[in-house]
Amino acid sequence: METKEKESLFSAKNRKLIMNPLNLDNPITVQVLGICSALAVTAKLKPAFVMALSVVIVTAFSNLVIAAIRNGIPPRIRIIVQLTVVAALVIVVDQVLKAYVYDVSRQLSVFVGLIITNCILMGRLEAFAMSNKPWQSFLDGIGNGLGYSWILIAMGIVREFFGSGTLWGYPVMPQFMYDLGYKNNGLIILPPMALILVGTIIWIQRSKSRELIDKS
Amino acid sequence: MSDSYIFRYAAIMVILVAAVLSAVAMLLKPAQDKNVAIARMRFILESANIEATAENAIELFEKYIKEEEVISSEGEVIAIYKDGKLEKGEVRAFDINLKEELYNKSKGKEFVLPLYIADVDGRKYYIFPLQGRGLWGQIYGNLALEQDLVTVGGSQFGHDKETPGLGAEIELPMFELQFKGKKIFDDNGQFTSIKVLKGASKILSGDQLLHGVDAISGGTITSNGVSEMLQTNLENYLPYIQKQKQQ
Repeated sequence: METKEKESLFSAKNRKLIMNPLNLDNPITVQVLGICSALAVTAKLKPAFVMALSVVIVTAFSNLVIAAIRNGIPPRIRIIVQLTVVAALVIVVDQVLKAYVYDVSRQLSVFVGLIITNCILMGRLEAFAMSNKPWQSFLDGIGNGLGYSWILIAMGIVREFFGSGTLWGYPVMPQFMYDLGYKNNGLIILPPMALILVGTIIWIQRSKSRELIDKS
Repeated sequence: MSDSYIFRYAAIMVILVAAVLSAVAMLLKPAQDKNVAIARMRFILESANIEATAENAIELFEKYIKEEEVISSEGEVIAIYKDGKLEKGEVRAFDINLKEELYNKSKGKEFVLPLYIADVDGRKYYIFPLQGRGLWGQIYGNLALEQDLVTVGGSQFGHDKETPGLGAEIELPMFELQFKGKKIFDDNGQFTSIKVLKGASKILSGDQLLHGVDAISGGTITSNGVSEMLQTNLENYLPYIQKQKQQ
């Protein structure tokens, strides 16, 4: 009985809800949503990670809450209801960051607040949570959050390593490289380079998954 | 669904959300206040050219900030906090809310000012807290003057929500380091605040260069805010500075 219960919680269909957004339906590289924050907070790994975690939490729980109350939401004010739920969750996340990781919260500055306007969130709420059960919506939220996250973290690693020679604030580029004349690449810390990096990820992804390429 | 249902739904939702958010805010307030206090200590230390982390800020603050003084609007020292205890007066400079005091001043009421005196390996700094307005919200900072009370020994600026990449750059060393070595009095002893100007290093010459730094491209209103903040805040301390110089 118990195994059957587990089976249904993580059935093939439900697993797909998490796995799809990681690759074939990635919010950043395929749907091209949430680009703004992806460019802004990935110059260092730590803020990128905290931002990613915040987005996972907000997408998962806003999906869960909206799916749970979806049948009672008056259709005419549904966007307002969705926004209220998202905004409340974002404020909670922001307050928690201010209380426990104050430095990172200062670095993220406005971008935590801007999660409210992150297209991934509203997109998932409208497209999925409004017409699916809470558990599936929760998984969908986690999936999309993680799809956003791994891109952010990958970019954070690349940009911090090549831009500052550190990872998570710890120096990893060996000193002899600097002695040999190696210099940190200042350009990679700037937002334009982040855009090129996203482009590169999209390029690699499409060369591997050819079904993503437009036929036209 | 009827209109009244929509109204009831919206009302209940708003009240529920408000209750949850207030509860969260109240629960986390003590931890946040502590972080803010530590951040302020780090800012004050930064203006005296001491790099502190969140972990060692309290320790370094006790080590380097020898004295905290509260100054009256006439320039009298009305409270001194030293070695962890109040030696004079009733309030510690660190507990003064500069924003409130400046508001009192604008309303024509009595006000007091905080001041920190640092001793960094034999070098004395007078640290003046600053408070002003940027484009989107408040900006603040600390200006450290050398013992002569004329030359800037270091500075620190911060903001709440200036535009990232533009106005927000005032908190970067690139901007802050420009202030080092500038002067707030001219040769005749006249108060001349430091201006943040577009292309200051090009358009200014000679002695004027000691009273101007380069502004931030795309951050004009924030840059003007810094100029204004320096002018109005330092003005308040002039009676105190004059008194100190006479001694």
